[in-house]
Amino acid sequence: MEKKIYDKLVYDHRPQEKRGQNAVIAFLIGGIIGVIGELLVEFYGYYLDISRADASIFMIITLIFLASLFTALGFFDKWVKFAKCGLIIPITGFAHSMTSAAIEYKKEGLVTGLGANMFKLAGTVILYGVVSAYIFGFIRLIIMGGA
Amino acid sequence: MIYIYSFLFAGFVCLIGQLILDNTKLTPGHITSLFVIIGAALDIFNIYDLIVAHVGAGALVPITSFGHLLIHGGMVGVTENGFIGLAMGMFNLTASGITSAIFFAFIFSLFFRPKD
Repeated sequence: MEKKIYDKLVYDHRPQEKRGQNAVIAFLIGGIIGVIGELLVEFYGYYLDISRADASIFMIITLIFLASLFTALGFFDKWVKFAKCGLIIPITGFAHSMTSAAIEYKKEGLVTGLGANMFKLAGTVILYGVVSAYIFGFIRLIIMGGA
Repeated sequence: MIYIYSFLFAGFVCLIGQLILDNTKLTPGHITSLFVIIGAALDIFNIYDLIVAHVGAGALVPITSFGHLLIHGGMVGVTENGFIGLAMGMFNLTASGITSAIFFAFIFSLFFRPKD
């Protein structure tokens, strides 16, 4: 009985997250990143006169560069805290996790700190990306017969 | 028009991520891993290619495109080198992103220190 009352008290006083507001902000910020990506692709395609596939690679490198730079300068953390998944799901979140881990663990040494911890968060993306791409690539080869 | 589609698709993916983050106990690490797997799975039947063709860069920005690019690199390798090419070509298309992320993260971490 005591435990039930306690659980109810805890449940009533848990921090209220504004889920609706969070979702709208994530939608808007994520959408804006998408539009910036499309703008950059068209910009590079037009001014550097390269194919759309090459322009997409330039675009992804630009976004990674900006996210790393803003993380290093210190204000990207506040943006991520505000936009949450709006900045974590795009490729900016990948660069942010690597740069913030690198800066944070630098004081523990270049090898044991920075080197060992840089992939702490980004490593899961690469690991599960490669494993799933390998398995699904096999399935695609069997079903679709290659590219 | 492609800008509107980019906005809607990229926003929609982030919206799903935010809903998962708020309503379950999964961390951002779980969600990004899950989305990479979804992106790779959608490419078994060329679905993600269709999305990219219609939506443009809005589909390349979310982390789902990472899985999509991994599979496509592998498929290009298969056409060039046979079965072993799946492993040889897997990182072909994503190498630029991973390499630049590692390089920029290292360079910036040398010159900047944590703020708090």
